[in-house]
Amino acid sequence: MRVYLDNNATTLVDPHVFAEMEPYFVQKYGNPNSLHSFASETHPGLKDAMEKIYAGIHAPKEDSVVITSCATESNNWVLKSIYFEYILTGRKNHIIVSEVEHPSVIATAKFIESMGCKVTYLPINHEGLVDPQTVRESITSKTALVSVMWANNETGAIFPVEEIGAICAEHNVLFHTDATQAIGKIPVDVQSFNVDYLTFSAHKFHGPKGVGGLYMKRGRELSPLLHGGSQMGGYRSGTLNVPGIVGMGKAMEQTIDALDFEMTEVRQMRDAFEDELLKIPDTFVVTPREKRTPNTLLISFRGIEGESMLWDLNRAGIGASTGSACASEDLESNPVMEAIGADADLAHTAVRFSLSRYTTQEELDYTIEVVKKAVERLRGISSSYAYAPEGHKSGLDTHH
Amino acid sequence: MDSLIGGTIWDEYSQKVTDLMNNPQNMGEITKEQAAQMGAELIVADFGAESCGDAVRLYWAVDPKTDTIKEAKFKSFGCGTAIASSDTMVELCKGRTVDEAVKITNIDVEKAMRDTPDVPAVPPQKMHCSVMAYDVIKKAAAQYKGVDIESFEEEIIVCECARVSLSTLREVIRLNDLTTIEQITEYTKAGAFCKSCIKPGGHEAKDIYLVDLLAEYEKEKLARTAAPGAHVSFAEMTVVQRLKAVERVIDEHIRQMLVMDGGDMEILDIKENGAHFDIYIRYLGACSGCASSSTGTLFAIENILKEKLDEHIRVLPI
Repeated sequence: MRVYLDNNATTLVDPHVFAEMEPYFVQKYGNPNSLHSFASETHPGLKDAMEKIYAGIHAPKEDSVVITSCATESNNWVLKSIYFEYILTGRKNHIIVSEVEHPSVIATAKFIESMGCKVTYLPINHEGLVDPQTVRESITSKTALVSVMWANNETGAIFPVEEIGAICAEHNVLFHTDATQAIGKIPVDVQSFNVDYLTFSAHKFHGPKGVGGLYMKRGRELSPLLHGGSQMGGYRSGTLNVPGIVGMGKAMEQTIDALDFEMTEVRQMRDAFEDELLKIPDTFVVTPREKRTPNTLLISFRGIEGESMLWDLNRAGIGASTGSACASEDLESNPVMEAIGADADLAHTAVRFSLSRYTTQEELDYTIEVVKKAVERLRGISSSYAYAPEGHKSGLDTHH
Repeated sequence: MDSLIGGTIWDEYSQKVTDLMNNPQNMGEITKEQAAQMGAELIVADFGAESCGDAVRLYWAVDPKTDTIKEAKFKSFGCGTAIASSDTMVELCKGRTVDEAVKITNIDVEKAMRDTPDVPAVPPQKMHCSVMAYDVIKKAAAQYKGVDIESFEEEIIVCECARVSLSTLREVIRLNDLTTIEQITEYTKAGAFCKSCIKPGGHEAKDIYLVDLLAEYEKEKLARTAAPGAHVSFAEMTVVQRLKAVERVIDEHIRQMLVMDGGDMEILDIKENGAHFDIYIRYLGACSGCASSSTGTLFAIENILKEKLDEHIRVLPI
């Protein structure tokens, strides 16, 4: 049996989405900006897709939802353009991000920091959440931007973006949220609270890879990161990714239709799965489930290094993660676990299971059995549970 | 090209590593009672910490009459490489004396896990996982002998993955005039694996980093050019040192001016001629045949070299 429980890394493309995209490869392959019928036959599909994307995040027509290549591009665009427009010109000198943002925000923040911008990295609390009060305390008269993700990719923690947005409005600071892990899991409505920029990516909600978006509120439009042939209203040059946009439109529609299912059925399955795993002794979850996206579970099995657990899961055909897939070659502990700082021993033990609307009960039952066996085997090997003679002075930071 | 799409580190594990992770052969414990039954002394040594991501507990039953390790077992918290390395390390310990066991390094462990002699058993970034297998042996031996662990380390190791010492690195950097991390890695393999030793902020904190060694050498060179008298004078230099000194001055003060005009130069020879040092050069590109190459440009080159190195220098274009 093969079980895919790594849906926060990427998702399968919904077959309806794939069907919708297919004509735009071999039949309707025209460049939408050319002057002939090969171009114009792509227009209805693109228009329809854009309407679905706007509807999906409830964006008003006057605002811009610019299609990009991925969430990483969208996040880079926001931070770098803010740097060019506000920091480099000396109007402002400071931005605020949370310390557990996706690497595409953190690495970009570090880059502009190296170019002279002050950056505050907001801490997270013991539940893995950002306290809005820390945003208020960090804002200065020179703060240009606050960027806090809507939901965390690793813990699934839902951050208080509404409160943070309100604080930003109060202080006249621009607010960006990376909603990559929120769309399709919880309601995302750009008109329901104050937000200037919002990032998303199709492949996280059963759309294709290589296409994402950036919502920009009217009057807050950024200067382009990619200059060229003035596609996307001049905001983002590059020939339109027609099949990608069509696919993202369909995926958005499907995922909004399935949102109730995600928030009820998927949540219930996740909760029951979590309950079963927590029956294993010395097993811990950090963020309370009601403060998480309905599909995500980051769980620690004491004494078992996360990669070892992945090894045993993979042998049984199960795909999970120790954190961000971008860091699959990374030796480091889970950054979120580290940031929580509650128990250093657990920093290397976290394993993330992320479900989707395609996950079945049968798959989860099978996974529970595999995890139990893996815990038994790996704790059998683990020095955390090893015999020591009386009076042995352990050099290990072991089970306590 | 392969590095562009990346991949999973597991693909680079040898079959032996995979097999040992799936089914470690020497995993387990030795109790005091079991050791006593063998007429042996039980040694239990720990290394690493869960909070660091790797930890190992090594058990030895040592025959006190012969110092031979009669039986060995391990328990390990870590990834597949850590478990497989611990398992292999224990296998290598068995039947050896404590003194022989201390000589086993992480490189021996890694080599023992290879499927074929010239293909590494683990990817570079996993090499450091085998280091703890080496460290724990030293700890066990220190316990058995009742000595300090430091007594087994003869020199300071900067890169533990490739076991490159501080003295080797200092020597190689100076001999070859290395100025970049890439060059150090190319010459010594230091920094090729877990990269912790390159600069602060890696997987493990170090006392000294490769960047420190480069900075140290850079500072040394600077002191030499700033106060030539304080160091070896041009006259006292060996032939190779003279050549390097001339090259450095040309690189820093002359070459750019030639390149801007589409030319360049090379040094052919340096000869002592009575009180003079004759530096033979050849012009390249636009310089060769340029009228100024035997007048203005030549005087400029000669004057700079005189000022920076020795007033007895003469420059002779060929």
